[in-house]
Order: sequence, then C-alpha cells, then structure tokens
Amino acid sequence: MCGATTGGVSLEGVDVTKESVIQGVVTRGEQPVGNAYVRLLDRTGEFTAEVPTSVTGQFRFFAAPGEWTLRTLAPRADVVDRRVVAQQGSIAEVNVSI
Amino acid sequence: MSRETALVTADWVEQHLDDPKVVIVEVDEDTTAYDKGHIRGAIKLDWTTDLQDQVRRDAVNKDQFAALLSERGVGNEDTVVLYGGNNNWFAAYAYWYFKLYGHQDVKLLDGGRKKWELDSRELVDEVPTREQTTFTAQDQDTDIRAFRDEVVEAIGVKNLIDVRSPDEYAGRLLAPAHLPQEQAQRAGHIPTAGNVPWSKAANDDGTFKSDEELKELYTQAGVDWGKDTIAYCRIGERSSHTWFVLHELLGEQSTKNYDGSWTEYGSLIGVPIVLGDEPGTAS
Repeated sequence: MCGATTGGVSLEGVDVTKESVIQGVVTRGEQPVGNAYVRLLDRTGEFTAEVPTSVTGQFRFFAAPGEWTLRTLAPRADVVDRRVVAQQGSIAEVNVSI
Repeated sequence: MSRETALVTADWVEQHLDDPKVVIVEVDEDTTAYDKGHIRGAIKLDWTTDLQDQVRRDAVNKDQFAALLSERGVGNEDTVVLYGGNNNWFAAYAYWYFKLYGHQDVKLLDGGRKKWELDSRELVDEVPTREQTTFTAQDQDTDIRAFRDEVVEAIGVKNLIDVRSPDEYAGRLLAPAHLPQEQAQRAGHIPTAGNVPWSKAANDDGTFKSDEELKELYTQAGVDWGKDTIAYCRIGERSSHTWFVLHELLGEQSTKNYDGSWTEYGSLIGVPIVLGDEPGTAS
C-alpha cells in the first residue's frame, strides 16, 4: 500500500506528534482478516471507538495517552482482547491473531 | 413506537429481500463501505453529501430531502429499512431524518452491517436501479429536533444526555478515538448533562439491549422520566442512536436529538462548559 508504515495505512497529513496512535493488523494464520471489527475500550473497560479492518486487515485509533484494551470480533472466531499502552507522539503497534 | 415497529432482525430482512415495498438503505460513516459489498437490493445514502446541506451548516431541507428520495426511488408508501456500520450510528441518524420529515414506516436493522457481517450473511456488489418516485416530505417535526438556545435553557431543567465516550465527556478527547483529534472548539460537556455513552445501549455485536436493560441503564444514570430529554454527541449521529432508544424503543415521546451537538455548543462564545467526569451544576 502506497505510503504505508509498518502495520498501518498512510498517516500522511496527520500530525503524529500530537496523536497517540494505536494500530495493527488482524490475522488468521498468515492471512489478514478484512472483515473483523476492532473495539477500543478505555481503562475502565468502557467502549471508546470501533473500526472495521481494511482489506489488508489493518486498523488504527487516535487515542489518548494511557492504558487501553483492543477487543477484536470476527466471523467464526472467539473474541480476542489485547492490552496496549498509548503514548503521545508514538505509534503503538498491536498485531492480533484470531 | 416500540421495538416491534421500529426494529427488524437480520432474518426478517433476508425474508424481505425481494419484497417490492421494502426499500433497504445503507448509510455509513465510512461512505465507501457500500462499495465494498452491501445487502442485495440495498441503495446507498451518503451522509456527507445527501444528508448535509452543501453550503450552510445544516440538515438538508424538506425540498432537498424530497428530491433526494424521489431520485433514489423511495416512495411515501414504502417500508424503509436502514442499516449501516459503526453499530448503526449513521443509519440511526438517517432514521431520525426520515421521522423528521414525516416518513413513518421506517425501521432499523438490529445490529446493522456489523451483525450482518459477523453472521457471514450475503453481501453483493451489484447496485440496484429503482424507478424515480415523487416523494413528498412533511414540514420538519421539531418535536424531535433540539436547537442551541433550547439546549442552553435546558441546563438544570431538562434531562441532558451526553452520549459520547467518557473521555470525550470529560474533555480528554475532542472526537471519537478512530478520528484525528485536531478540532477548533473547546472540550468538555454541557453543565448538568449526564454521560451515558451510546455504546451502553448496545451489545458487542451492535444489537440493542432489551427494553428492561435500557430502562434500567438510563434510570441508573439519573434520568428523570417525568422530564423532557435532549440527547447530544459530537455531530448528532451517536445521539440519534440514543434518541432511537429513548423515543422509538422505550416510547419516551419528549425526547429530542440536538444535531448541532458538541461541534456547535463547544464553539459558542460564552456558554458554560464543565470539564471532568462529573455533570457539574447549573449555576
């Protein structure tokens, strides 16, 4: 994908120094999962945002600094929860296997 | 209104795919989602171009809405079934629009696009063609639409429900976390507004919780059922989801959606704002 950074689609036009980015790829075996949904839950477990994965299995959130949980839902798969810490000005990469 | 009239299941939609009086309409935040596959026979409404005036910052007016639906082949006698991504946020926004302009026979697909996909139900690429109609829209029903002055006057008087995430409510975020955070306006919430994130009304798969669970949710959050209620979010689409729960599922007829929401309120000069996790006071 043109301009892609590792694990994510292009961040061109986004001032990453101001953002606390969480991004990654959902895979089943070696294959990216393009029809999964990734939910971002805050430190109390409350829903904050949700995105469908791209055809290449990728997802991204612009969070705030702190602890978050990624909850991944996909057809014919169990729900997968992954903890992640976001920091302003950096990109937290989380790869999810279902 | 009730769950039986306002909501349909994925099974119901599958059974009505070939019903000529049922028009299925997809409305997504991601306006390209339809092009990646949609329910067979579904048409698309683009909330950025079809449901927003392209010059003024406002909803499309009655004539624009009538022209839009006529051109897309939606008739006044049709049953309109809306669905979309993001747990039906924008489908609920479109639902509110149909009600705003007097189309009563409109329903939401419970769970929206996500539930449909997680069930591995059929999505197709073919775009249907529908004959033009002559759709007649009614005057706006302002019983379901709140404007800014009414919202300011409602502080400490009516139920105000901020349906954004806790971090947006408190002022730690300015937009949902899947969007870049640069915004011009102030962060925080309207004084006395309770925070009941829209997501508490839905299950993980996007379907709505039971009426009993929903009633309990808002009761626990301090909603006074004897008072009028105004729901708001950032741009009025998530609050459409909550308006749908209160007005359509629970039958609370004195519920309005403030579609100006935080992007308008948080940019107003001189209005009170509360930061942090507590509702704050009216003074």
